[in-house]
Amino acid sequence: MTTTTRAAPRATLTQRTSSRKIIRTVIVYTLLILLSTLFIFPFFYTVMSSLKAPWEVYTYPPTIVPSRLLWGNYPKAMSMAPFGTWFVNTLIIVVLATAGTVLSASFAAFGFARFKFRFRDALFIFTLSTMMLPAQVTLIPRYILFYQLGQKSGVPFLNTLMPLWLPAWFGGGAFAIFLVRQFIQTIPLEMDEAAVIDGASWLRIYSQIIMPLCKPAVATLAIISVVGQWSSFIEPLIYINDPAKFPISVGLQYFQNVFEGMELGEPKLQYLMAASVVSGAVPIAVFFAFQRYFVQGVVMSGIKG
Amino acid sequence: MDIGQSRAAPRPRRSLLALLVGAQSPYEARKAVWGYFFLAPWLLGLLVFVGGPIVASFILGFTEYDVLSPARWVGLKNYTQALTGDRLFWPALGKTFYYAVVVVPVGLAGSLLLAILLNQKLKVTNLFRTMFYLPHLTPAVTLSILWLWLMNPEIGPLNYVLRSLGFGKFPWLTDKNTVIPSLIVINLWAGMGGNNMLIFLAGLQGVPVEFFEAADLDGASSWQKFVHVTLPMISPSILFNLTLGIIGALQVFTTAFITTKGGPSYGSWFLALHIYQQAFAYFRMGYASALSWIFVAIVMVLTVLNVRLSDRWVFYGGSV
Repeated sequence: MTTTTRAAPRATLTQRTSSRKIIRTVIVYTLLILLSTLFIFPFFYTVMSSLKAPWEVYTYPPTIVPSRLLWGNYPKAMSMAPFGTWFVNTLIIVVLATAGTVLSASFAAFGFARFKFRFRDALFIFTLSTMMLPAQVTLIPRYILFYQLGQKSGVPFLNTLMPLWLPAWFGGGAFAIFLVRQFIQTIPLEMDEAAVIDGASWLRIYSQIIMPLCKPAVATLAIISVVGQWSSFIEPLIYINDPAKFPISVGLQYFQNVFEGMELGEPKLQYLMAASVVSGAVPIAVFFAFQRYFVQGVVMSGIKG
Repeated sequence: MDIGQSRAAPRPRRSLLALLVGAQSPYEARKAVWGYFFLAPWLLGLLVFVGGPIVASFILGFTEYDVLSPARWVGLKNYTQALTGDRLFWPALGKTFYYAVVVVPVGLAGSLLLAILLNQKLKVTNLFRTMFYLPHLTPAVTLSILWLWLMNPEIGPLNYVLRSLGFGKFPWLTDKNTVIPSLIVINLWAGMGGNNMLIFLAGLQGVPVEFFEAADLDGASSWQKFVHVTLPMISPSILFNLTLGIIGALQVFTTAFITTKGGPSYGSWFLALHIYQQAFAYFRMGYASALSWIFVAIVMVLTVLNVRLSDRWVFYGGSV
């Protein structure tokens, strides 16, 4: 960029393209605004619908902004179904599954990144290839496994939250291990070696040297896990039948079905919308709080994958 | 940790342990054992929750099993039943492909377009990126309920707009011919600005500016630069998104389950719904397992094909 031969033609190019550049900027902004409206409008419309009075929900043509904002729809919706219980259930699953994922994935990732042993690379490649497997293959036998475990031990596993978070404590999934391993590999080996010479055990090196340095990767993983677990639907759907044990995703679907069965009564769509807004608000809030980490993690997995 | 000792002594004969773990010295052998120690919880999980189930599912595919009574070996009956005697199987497969064939390429092109728009080095790009990403963060159940309402043929805002523009009433999710296009719209909205877009954006940001400058000197048009510089340089990201995109699209479940339950008149009865129905509504675990393995075979063939063909168009090298 310092050679004069390159600078000269660039200057003339700049002159020629300056007006085209303005046109391009206008086009890009127009497209960005149009597209973001398309992406945002459904949210806006849902929030507005959740604040409508019963008569206004079904008016045609539909109003966008309701004539009166009924914030009372929210507490009323929450009282129409055990949303409190569903939130607590979801919170239990999210917290336990995320803690399990973070701890056990970083444990395994440390093993993969820092030790050399027979079958290491084969095991790692096998794990990555399981990411390609459709979920249905493991879903059915896992269900049977938890059913049989319950039968054999006398302690029921089905209709409890256990099948939803317990597997996370055993490795946390291929993607999680991959993410942390990539990160650990960027930490200089000298850190471990110095600690070994000082007589630290490998457990201490993991917990007191590597883990603190892995905070960015761990934060990314935690956020991805929270958002994913919050939205998880098919697993709770198959493991849980008892409405008192539902997480919010299945609860919302249950609420929707009940609501469809009550069409003759007073319109209740605004309550369904209010419940939807609440259920969607949490992962979005988590994203806003930790946006930086989130984007980093996704990108890390994409480029190096 | 007596490294000093092992270093000072002449290399000892490799112990049995060292041979087992593939190590050269006692120190390395001990270290390798620590490696297995750190992998142990994960290995146990792999065995119990992944490897074991995969094997179990394969065996179950040759049995009849309703969970309550013991499994009964039936040989290939489930497979012949699926391929010749199940009047929902082939339509379900066809619908799944129809969905995937549209949603994957259109989704990838859309994600790439969004990424390119975000990569124009303009102000407030982050704000737009966040707005594009929001649908991806919304739980599938939530967004399905939301779209069910937006697409309501009688009073939904979508049809209101269409009617104002002079079009007739569009049935959206309520007609068996328009239900899959409607689900495609929902899932494009949900996924276009998601992780695919972020991965493309990172890929675009990794293309060296010098390449474009060189193309400018040669008098290349914007379109030529896009085809001959940008696309080859981000082809690894395209392959990554394409591979995971195909696998994800073939598994389409939640949006259809919530909005239509596979209807109307089986119009959106995808393969994943068929498997779910067989396994968890009828408790035909053996048959459902056989169906999942047909599914795995399809996914595997497509993935291998995809990776094989990628040699022809994916460009590795450069600084990506």
